[in-house]
Amino acid sequence: MVESPPLLAARDLTVVLGGVKALDGLSLDLMAGRRTVILGANGAGKSVLLRTLHGLIAPSAGTLSWARPHRQAMVFQRPVMLRRSAIDNVTYALSVNGIPAKERAARAASALERVGLAPIAERPARALSGGEQQRLALARAWALKPEILFLDEPTASLDPGASAEVERVISAIADEGTRIVMTTHHLGQARRLADEIVFLHAGRTVERTPVADFFRQPASKEASLFLKGELPWT
Amino acid sequence: MFEIFASLQAAWALVNGADPALARIVALSLELSLAAALLGAAIGLPLGALVAVGRFPGRRAVIVALNALLGLPSVVVGLLVYLMLSRAGPLGSWGLLFTPTAIVMAQSLLVAPIVAALARQTCEDAWRDYEEQLTSLGVSRARAVPTLLWDARYSLLTTVLAGFGRAASEVGAVMIVGGNIDGVTRVMTTAIALETSKGDLPLALALGFVLILVVLVVNAAAYGLREWSVRRHG
Amino acid sequence: MDVTLPRRRLCFGLAAALVAASSLITTSTLAQPTFITIASTTSTEQSGLFKEMLPAFTKATGIEPRVVALGTGQALDMGRRGDADVVFVHDQVAEEKFVADGFGVQRLEVMYNDFVIVGPRVDPAKARGKDVLEGLRRIAAARAPFASRADKSGTHAAELRYWQAAGIDLGKEKGPWYRETGSGMGPTLNTASGLNAYALADRGTWLAFKNRGDLDIVVEGDQRLFNQYGVMLVNPAKHPHVKKDAGQKFVDWVVSPAGQSVIAAYSIGGQQLFFPNAKPRAEPARR
Repeated sequence: MVESPPLLAARDLTVVLGGVKALDGLSLDLMAGRRTVILGANGAGKSVLLRTLHGLIAPSAGTLSWARPHRQAMVFQRPVMLRRSAIDNVTYALSVNGIPAKERAARAASALERVGLAPIAERPARALSGGEQQRLALARAWALKPEILFLDEPTASLDPGASAEVERVISAIADEGTRIVMTTHHLGQARRLADEIVFLHAGRTVERTPVADFFRQPASKEASLFLKGELPWT
Repeated sequence: MFEIFASLQAAWALVNGADPALARIVALSLELSLAAALLGAAIGLPLGALVAVGRFPGRRAVIVALNALLGLPSVVVGLLVYLMLSRAGPLGSWGLLFTPTAIVMAQSLLVAPIVAALARQTCEDAWRDYEEQLTSLGVSRARAVPTLLWDARYSLLTTVLAGFGRAASEVGAVMIVGGNIDGVTRVMTTAIALETSKGDLPLALALGFVLILVVLVVNAAAYGLREWSVRRHG
Repeated sequence: MDVTLPRRRLCFGLAAALVAASSLITTSTLAQPTFITIASTTSTEQSGLFKEMLPAFTKATGIEPRVVALGTGQALDMGRRGDADVVFVHDQVAEEKFVADGFGVQRLEVMYNDFVIVGPRVDPAKARGKDVLEGLRRIAAARAPFASRADKSGTHAAELRYWQAAGIDLGKEKGPWYRETGSGMGPTLNTASGLNAYALADRGTWLAFKNRGDLDIVVEGDQRLFNQYGVMLVNPAKHPHVKKDAGQKFVDWVVSPAGQSVIAAYSIGGQQLFFPNAKPRAEPARR
C-alpha cells in the first residue's frame, strides 16, 4: 500500500525556551485520518511540540511542512473564555476566521448542540463549570471545521465525570474526520482515544507505535520505564 | 471645624435651594467633563490597547512616556491649548478660545494619557492570559485590540472614571482656556477658585462639597451600570 | 447573536463622544447671540460691579459681554494677542503704551476708585494715616510683613510706583518681610489675612472680600491713591476679527450718561465703589 504524503511533516525541530532545549532535533510525520496521542514524562516536550506544530512557537531550527492548505485548531488545558455568552464565544471565532455573518449563528448553534451546551448557550461563558468550559472550547474549535485539532491535556483539570464528557466529544470530532493530536497524562484515556502513540523523551521522538502494541510491549527502554511508573511524570 | 460644618450646611442649602445659576454651573461641569472623559477614552483606550499588544521599536520608550504623562501639569496643557487657540496662534481663526469647546479640548488632552496609560497596563495583563488562545483562533494583533478592550470593559470603566475625575477636578487649564466667563465657561472648579479669591471660603468649600457630590453620583451610576451588566453578561 | 456586537458598541461610544464634542462646538459658535469678549481686571469682576453693569448693557444693546478677569498686564496681553474685543483696565501708563503701539484704538477714561492699604488692626508698623508714602516707609522700616501682588497687574504697577515715590529701593530693601504672591487681588488678600500682613488693595475688592481675619484699612484718602480705569477697543487694523461695532458700542455705552449712572449707583453696604469720570464727548468716536 502506498501511503499518501503526510499531512504534516516536521523535520529536525529544535526549540529553545529560556536557555533550555525543549525540543532537540525532533522529527515526526502526521498522516491524515488518525488519532495520535503523545505521551512522555514531564518535561519531555509534549506541550512545546503541540504548540510548535500549531504555530504558536517558532522553532529555532528545523522545518514544518504541510501537504496542503489546511484549517487547524487547538484546545488548551485551561481554555480562555471571552467575557461574553457561550454562543458568542463560538461566533467570535467564526467571525475572526471570515465566516459570513449569516452562517455564524447556525454553525455556532449546531456546534453547541453537539457538545451538549445548547440549553445554556446564552449563559456567560465564564460562569460555566470547568467541564462545560472545556466542552465550549471544543465546540469553538469544532465550529471552525479544522482538518487537524491539537489538544493539550484537555482533561487534566477536570473531574472524572467531566473528563468522560470531554472524551466523548473528542471521539465524535475524530469520527467526523478531524485529525486528532493530543497529549495526556492519563494512560487509560490514551488507550481509549488513540490509534497510535508517539512517545517523547528529552525533546525527541523515541518511538511511534500502534496503541495496542505500545501498551503490550513498548519498543523503547524509556517507554517501558515510563509505563512501569519509573519515569517521573506530573 | 466650625467652618467646615457651616460649609456643609451651605452646601445643603445650595443643593436644596436648586439655585438656577448653580444648577447651570453644575450641568456645564458635568457635560464638559463627561464629553472630555468620552473623547479622552476614544483616544486613550485604543492607544493603550495598541501599545499593549503591539511589537514595534521604541515601545518601551512609548510606555515610559505614557506613564510619565500621568503627571502632566495641567497648567502646561492649558497654556499649550491657549497658545494654539489664541487669535495669534495657529488655530486662532477657529475662534474657540474662551468657549466650552476649548475646555473640552484641554480636558481631553489631560484625560487621554491617563486612560491610555492605565488601559495599556490592563490590556497587557489581559493579553498575557489571552495571547495563546486568541492567536490559536487566528486573531491578529490589530483584531485583538477591540476584543481586549471589550473583555476588560469592567476594569476599563474604572479607568474612564479616573479620567472623568481628572476632568471634573481640573482647574488650572480650564481657567486659562475657558476664562471663567460667567454663564459661558464658569464651571464648578473655577467658581470655587473665584469664591476663594473673594475670600468667601465657606461658600467656596460648599461648592467643593457640591462638586464631590456630583462626582459621587456619576461614580455610583457607573457602578450600578457595571453591576447590571455583570449580572447580564458575566 | 452576532460577534461584532462589542465592536459596534465601541464605535457607538466613539460616535457619542464625537457628537457630544461637535454639539459643544455648534452651541458655542452658532447658537449664541452677538457677544463680545472683554479683557478686564479682577477688581471690576470681584467687586461685583460687572454683575450690576453688564445686564444693563445687554438690555440696552442686546449684546452679550463675556468677561475674562485677569490682572491688567495679562488683560492687555490678551488684547495684544487679539483674544479680546475690548480692554477695560486700570494702569494708565501701560494703557497709553498699548494704544501707542497700535493695539488699542483710543483710550477713554471711565471711572476711578481708590486704593487702600490694609493691615493688621493693631498696626505694628504704625502705618495708620492718610499718607500712603509715609505709611509704606514705616512698613518698610518696621520690616512688617507686606503681601505684594507681584503679577504685573494695575495694582502691582501702582504699588511699585508708590514704593519708588516713597524713596524705598525695593531691590535693596526686599527681604523676607516682602512676600510676592504672584497672584490676583483676592488670593493676595487671603495671603495677607493668613499672615497678618499689610497689602495694597483696591477698595472695591476689599469691600467685597469676606475672609478679612484681623485686617482692616490702615491708609486711605490720599489723592495719590486714586486709581483711574480706562476702556479701549482692540485695534481692528491689527486684528481684523475684532467685533469692532459691538465692541465700540460697549465703549460708547460705558462712557455715556447711561453707563456712568449705573457705575455711580453701585455700592456695597452703602459705600460707593467706583466714581464715574468720563469726559463728556461732543460726538461718539468714529473708527
